Formats: sequence, structure tokens, C-alpha cells
Amino acid sequence: MAVPLSYSIRNLWQRRLTTILTVSGMALVVFVFAAILMMAEGLQKTLVDTGSYDNVVVFRKGSTSEVMSSIERKQASIVEMLPQVAIDHNGRRLLAKEVVVLISLQKQGDEKASAHSNVVVRGVEENSIPLRPQVKMVSGRMFRMGSSEIIVGNSIAKGFKGVGLQGTLNWGMRTWTVVGVFDAGNTGFSSEIWGDVDQVMQAFRRPVYSSVIFKLQNLAEFPASKGAIETDPRLTLEAKRETRYYLDQSEMMAKFLRILGLSLTIIFSIGAIIGAMITMYSAVANRIGEIGTMRALGFHRRNILAAFLAESLLLGFIGGSVGLFFASFMQFITVSTVNFQTFSELAFKFTLTGPIILQAMSFSLVMGLIGGLLPAFRASRMNIVEALRAA
Amino acid sequence: MAEQKQNIVEIRHLYKAYHRGSLVVPVLYDITFDIVAGEFLALMGPSGSGKTTLLNLLAGIDKADEGSIRVGDMDITALSETELAHWRANHVGFIFQFYNLIPVLKAIENVELPLHLTSLSKKERRDHAEMALRMVGLDHRMDHYPKELSGGEQQRVAIARAIVTDPTILVADEPTGDLDRVSAEEILAMMERLNAEMGKTIIMVTHDPRAAQRAKILRHLDKGYLTDDDSQNPL
Amino acid sequence: MMILKILFRNAFHNKLRSGLTILGIAVAILAFGLLRTVISSWYAGVEAASTSRLVTRNAISIIFTLPISYNEKIRQIEGVKMVSYGNWFGGVYINEKNFFPNFCVEPRTYLEIYPEFVLSPAEKKTFLADRKGFVAGRKLAAKYGWKIGDAVTLKGTIYPGNWDFVLRGIYKGRDDTTDETQFYFHWDYLNETIKKASSQMAGQVGFYMIAITRPDLAADVALAVDKTFKNSLAETLTETEKAFNQGFIAMSGAIVTAIQMVSFVVIIIIMAVVANTMAMTTRERIGDYAIMKTLGFGGRDITVLIFGESLVITLAGCLTGMILTFPAAAAFGHALETFFPIFIVSTETLYLDVLAAILIGCLAAIIPTRQAIRIGIADGLRRIG
Repeated sequence: MAVPLSYSIRNLWQRRLTTILTVSGMALVVFVFAAILMMAEGLQKTLVDTGSYDNVVVFRKGSTSEVMSSIERKQASIVEMLPQVAIDHNGRRLLAKEVVVLISLQKQGDEKASAHSNVVVRGVEENSIPLRPQVKMVSGRMFRMGSSEIIVGNSIAKGFKGVGLQGTLNWGMRTWTVVGVFDAGNTGFSSEIWGDVDQVMQAFRRPVYSSVIFKLQNLAEFPASKGAIETDPRLTLEAKRETRYYLDQSEMMAKFLRILGLSLTIIFSIGAIIGAMITMYSAVANRIGEIGTMRALGFHRRNILAAFLAESLLLGFIGGSVGLFFASFMQFITVSTVNFQTFSELAFKFTLTGPIILQAMSFSLVMGLIGGLLPAFRASRMNIVEALRAA
Repeated sequence: MAEQKQNIVEIRHLYKAYHRGSLVVPVLYDITFDIVAGEFLALMGPSGSGKTTLLNLLAGIDKADEGSIRVGDMDITALSETELAHWRANHVGFIFQFYNLIPVLKAIENVELPLHLTSLSKKERRDHAEMALRMVGLDHRMDHYPKELSGGEQQRVAIARAIVTDPTILVADEPTGDLDRVSAEEILAMMERLNAEMGKTIIMVTHDPRAAQRAKILRHLDKGYLTDDDSQNPL
Repeated sequence: MMILKILFRNAFHNKLRSGLTILGIAVAILAFGLLRTVISSWYAGVEAASTSRLVTRNAISIIFTLPISYNEKIRQIEGVKMVSYGNWFGGVYINEKNFFPNFCVEPRTYLEIYPEFVLSPAEKKTFLADRKGFVAGRKLAAKYGWKIGDAVTLKGTIYPGNWDFVLRGIYKGRDDTTDETQFYFHWDYLNETIKKASSQMAGQVGFYMIAITRPDLAADVALAVDKTFKNSLAETLTETEKAFNQGFIAMSGAIVTAIQMVSFVVIIIIMAVVANTMAMTTRERIGDYAIMKTLGFGGRDITVLIFGESLVITLAGCLTGMILTFPAAAAFGHALETFFPIFIVSTETLYLDVLAAILIGCLAAIIPTRQAIRIGIADGLRRIG
């Protein structure tokens, strides 16, 4: 760079107020951009992490979530006999038949009676636990099979009224006691309540299962098991890898967030670019004399162009850094919302990843580039004599 | 004796007009003259006479419509804009009426600025700049910004900047125009020294007769024409 | 009048800067308008809801059903004018991307309870008579090019299989907040078909819709209904339609709040940008104002000039933004149609736009005006050279 970078940096510092305002505009845009991407990322990551790559979920064909799916006992037994199902060292088949329903619970903190959410109650078997290595008890204990005891994911214990340890819930004309709280990390299970599948089926009078989950003996055997399930005329079922299954459940909402977020961001970014343009045009106008002087001294047009572009790129860089800085604090926030697709409660965190940082920074630099391009051209194309005269 | 003095600048049949839309306003008509190496020339004339235009053409920051200008061995009228920029960086030192220092750069950085166009290292640049500032007696103020310096000091920094690349010619456009009498004297004395002791060729445009007095040769322009050829300074 | 002339010429003296500032304001107004429209769309369901209609559903959650036998019992409760019922069908038309709400309902009573759905008497008659018939909202029919008499098939997700229907009526919304993207068919069609497959799922409704005689009876009737079914196998939860819809929105409340916050911050940042531009401009014009003072113009004239210029710019930007809001909203609404069936820019938004522009224009002019009035003539003149 022929014109020293300190020239560009110091000029930004000289017009501090303008620089701060322009940078703030860009930072805001980058913040919104990053936050949206972080939200969509957090949503998808939570759901994808909910599944294990070596687990297979079997559900009724055409249903978009476990709540809508129903598998009769007969059909479940057929799936149970599949050769691809893993068998542990005790000879136990690593397969579980589960039932999933939604119950309406009142959220913590909101006084309005209408602040409800639909929480997943999952009836599980003993085999369900080894299939979900992410799940760990953090307080209390596991419920006893055959009883009206339940355990609750920690997002639910925290976010909803009356469902902490020792809390009780009433449904199906029975009282259920929370005997334990579990942590499933940042996965969907943390937003669930678990109980004995037979008890749950009885209480809700649902004589059918919602899904069957099993672990693959061998990862490569997924296509074979999928084929076996889907082509069997006795079954009206579909199979997916657990990770894929949960990823699909995030699609509608992730897509919504991305479209809404990105279109708003683009509109805001136009505003930020205009702000940068005004700032840079004004900067050029105030330094006509300097530009003439530098050209007289022998600096080329392209050197002048580079110097002013450097200034606007710096604006973009600083704006991007500030925006990302504040966006990173969003990682402490947990979003509690209903997944549009499954209609059930899901808690997830804003998640910042390397690619998001890169995208946000590039976006910011591009804003700086576009905003500064025309003014930089104007600066470089000045006539030396006229510029000196105007000084 | 009779040391054949070299012509450092040769101007032949220079013609320049300004174009405002469809209006053509000639400013210089058929200018022809030479400048010898080591000369201290003052160009005088009423406002609108074209003296600044002539200076601009000499310095390569404007292009003539017709005619040729040779500086050193270079016909600068044949150079492209990029080549001219490169040429200016190596052969011309500028001294402006309003100093034209970059406000956000310190004195030393202002003097260093033209050196960024050379291939000198950072240390070499710094050394050259310090030397130039020392020559104008301002090395103790090298870390000051222009707004912290008086008019006279700023012009001295500008002079340091003008000589730091050891240019072929120094052009000065009303160098004392914005200075009080004392500072003006200082600057003119400095320019005289540069000319006498370092053999710098200086072409100065001025309408201040006191400034013109310090030059060795005087030329007059009026309405675009050189009026008196080769007249020696009546000092 | 001279003042006004100077004002306008000044405002557009630096065309580039004025142009960019106007554009910037237009973008901010556009963003503000879109954000507000997104939020009001979210609440559209609540706005369209009535306080003289109640929704009764299974107290555990909406995925559980209620027996059809409740219909008679609810009808007999005091304050109930009419009862209808239905189920969320959740069928898929061709593929999952084509999402629209589809329900089966008791047609005669449902249409009575919803006078907002306007059907021609002829279409209503054929619909009621054809058990496999369905009615679709105007927007929905237009989107897929359905005409009366067309055969349409939905893939069931909750109730599996392919379900065939015939379009018997296209309803128009009476109000502009009425959702015209819905699909209704006969509850009997669903029930009879399920009965043949497995009798267990038959005879169940997803919700009861109750029209009450007077809105102020809502709380009492709701309590009465729930009391009737307390301690039975399927306990009920009854609330006004408005509250029911609000419940849905509260589920994604976090997102709505985020959007609201962003709209405010947008306005503040733009205000800052405009203020900055006005300040820049005034700084440059200090000389002009000093000259005018020497000529005899007073503080009031200067104030008018600066405020006037600021307001001309902001209002020009506001107008541009408002005009752009409509096509932008149309495009936005189209892209997110499945999520926002109603996407209309309200007049309230437009009033707020103008208010914001005036506010920004005035605020941006305050400090520069004070500076311009205070500065001594000599100081001002010095700044020109």
C-alpha cells in the first residue's frame, strides 16, 4: 500500500462521531445477521444432536412427527425381529418401543394464563436408556417401571411451573410424581418428560406406540434395514437414521428463521451501506485538497482508490467485529419456543460457529466495500489542478 | 571559464486552453524558453496571466494542448498519466501557498510521504526524512501535527517534504502568500540557500515583489504571453 | 417566500448527499413498516378472533380428542347459542411445501358460527349436500387454480391414506383480517371412513366451537363447560377464541419479542445517521448563515431554514419508504405465505411512519440550529475562507 494505512486509520479517528455512527449501523446489521444464523444453527444442532447416527427411528409412513405416528403392537414386534438390530453382551436386543404425547404446561415466569407450551411426554422402556447415551441423571433418581413416577428434562424443570423435583402432574385421572431431573445436554430430550411406556399408554388410552427405536449392529446395514421395513407388506412404516429424523423436524422452522432473518438483514444492510456511502462521500469532499496534494506528489489514482477503500473496509471490519462481539453474548440465552413442525416445546441456545463468524465478517466487509467503492472512485478520478484549487 | 551551463528545462511552443462546456478559453500562447540547471527563477504576472498554469505544466500535474516540455532528458508531454505520476515522484518537489500538509500525519510522516513511492526501507525512509527536517531546522518538532505548528513552520516542513526525494526541480506556487513578513523572510532565505548551496533549480510563481527580489532570474507573463525574455533580475 | 426558496435549493444543493440520506430514511421506514406488519400478521389470528366464541379442547393438550357425546351436553349449558365441532386434519396437498390449514367440521353449525366466511347460498347448499365436498378460501383456491367442481386429494398424516374431495364452494372473508387460506370438509366423511378401519378412533372431535349469546357471559360459560366434564376421562379446557389464539402466539413469544426490539433499534440508528448528516451539512453552511445574518436575517429565519431542510429530507425519505412498503410487503407476504396468511400494511403503521419522520427531522435539526444561531457573525464568516 503506497499510501500508509495509518493515513486511513487516523482519518477515521479524526471524525470520531461519524465513524462511530457508521460503525454502529454496520454492527447492528451484523449482529442481527449473526443472531439469526446462530438461532437457526442452535435449533438444528440441538435437534441433530438429539439423534445418534447409529440409531434408527421407525414411524408410521407419512407422519411428520412422533406425535402423529402410530405403530400397532403387531407391527412393532415384526420390527423387533429384524436382523440388523444390535444385540448387547447380555443378549438384549437394543430396541425400544416408545409412545409420545403432548401435554399443555404453564411456563415459568409468565403470569398470563395463556403462556402455555406443549411439552413432550415420552413413554419409554428400559432399553430406551442405553439407546440415549446423552441422557444423564443430575438429581433424584430414575423412575421405577410400572409406577406413576416420571423424570423431567432440565429445560422443562427450569422453564415450567411446578415440574421440578417432587413436583406433581395430573393426567389420565392419576397423579404423577417427578422423582428425577435429567440433563441431555443441548438436545431435544432436555425438553421432555419421561415415564414408563405402558403406564403412559394406559393413562392416555393410546393402545399404540408412536415409534420404535433401535441401534444398528453395523452402521453399514442401515439401507438393508430401511429396505426391510419399508417393503414389508405387513407394515405401513418408514425408517430414518435418528440424526436425519430429527434434522428433518427442524427444517420448517430453520427455513422460516433464515428467510425472515435474511430478508430483514438485507434491508437493514442497504441502510448501513447508504450510511457508509454518505460518510465516505463526505470524507472525500473534505479532503479534496489532500487528494490533489498526494496526486501531485506522485501517488497514482489507484493508490488514492486503495486508501479510501481501506477506510471503508476498516469501517466494515470494525463494525463486523463489534457486531460479532455482542452477538457472541447471545450464546448465554436459551430460546424456549414451540417447534412449528412437531408442535412441541423445544429449548435451544444461540450457537456461534466458525462458519457463522466467517459469514458475518465477510458480509460486513462487503458492506464496507460496496459503501466505499463509489466515493473511492470519485476520489481517485479527481483532476489534480482542480483539486488543488479547491483546497 | 565559460562552463557550458546545461539546460535543465526546455519549453517549446507551449499552448494551453481551458474548456468549459463548449467555451474555449486560451491561457498560454506559444511559450518558448529554457531554464538552466541551478537557476532560481521567479514567474510574475497579474492574476489571470497563466503563470500558475505554466507552473502546473512544468511540474507535470497538468497537460499541455500543444508544444513540448523537456525536463532533464524526459519529454514529459509524451508521458501517460501513470508515467507522469511516477516521474513527479522522482523529479519534482512541490511547495504550495497553503502548505498542503496532510493534517492527520505528523511532521516527520508528512516529509516521509513521498518516500513511500520509492523502494526504500522503513528505516531508510525515516533517516532521509529526519535529515530533510534537520536541514530546515525542524527536527525537534518532528512528532508534531501540522495544526500544532505555525504557518512558517508548516511551510518549512513542506520544503523538507519537497527536497526529501532529491528532485530535479523545485516548483513553488506563491510560497509566501499566506505568511507574515518574518516567516516569509525565513522561507525565502531557506529557498535561497537551497539554490545557492545545494544547486537546486527552483521555479517560483509569485506576485510579491519582495519574494521576486530573492530570485536570480525574473520572467513576466501577461495574458498568456511571456513579455520580457531573458531579463536579468534588476536587483 | 424567499426563505422557502432557499430552503428547497439548500436541501437539494448536494444532490448526492441529499439523495443518499433520503434513500437511507426510506430504507429505515421500509424496514420499520415490514417489521410492524410481520408482528401484526403474527397476531392476525388474535385480531380475527371473536370474544363471543369459545374453544373447548382436551385439557391435557390439543393432541387429545373429546368424545362426540359432549356436543349435546354443551348445547344445554346456559348462555350457549350454538355448538359446532371439528378436527384438525393436517393433510398434505401433493407435498409438504404446500402447507395450508385443513379441518373437518360440522358444516352447518360451523358456517353459522363463522359469519365471516361468506359463501354464496348456492355453493353453501351444494357443499352441505355433498359429504365429500370441501370449501376453500379465496386465496387458497387462487393459489392452486382450483375451480368449483375440481377434484382434490389430500394425503393424510394423522389419518393415513389418500382422501378425495370435490370443491363445492369458495368463501370470501368478510373482513380483511379473515384468513382466506383455509380448507374445510365434512366431519362425517372423516368419521365414517375411520369407523370402517378401526372403531376406536371414531366418534372423537378435536375441538368444540361454541357461540355464546352475549360476550360478557364468556367467563361463566367457559367455567360451566369445564365443570361439566371435570373428573371425566377427557377433561376440557374452554377459553375465548381470542385467548386460544393468543396461546399459540405465546408459544413463539420469544421470536416476536426479538422482532419488536429490533424495530426500535432500527429507528434509533437511522435517527443518528440523519442527525449526523444534518450536522455535517450545517457545519459546512455556517458561512452562509453568517452572511445571511449580516444581511439582516434573524434567528427565526435560520431556524426555519434548518428545520425546514431537515424535515424536507426526512419527509421525502418517509414518502419514498411508504410507497416502497407496499410492493415490498406484497413480495414478503408472498414468500412467507404459509406462515403469514394475512400480510397487510395497516394505516396505523403509515401514521407512525410519518410521525417517526417528523420526529427524526426535528430532533436532527435541534443542535445544528442552536449552533447556527449562537455563532457570532465574525466567527461564521471566518469559516468560509
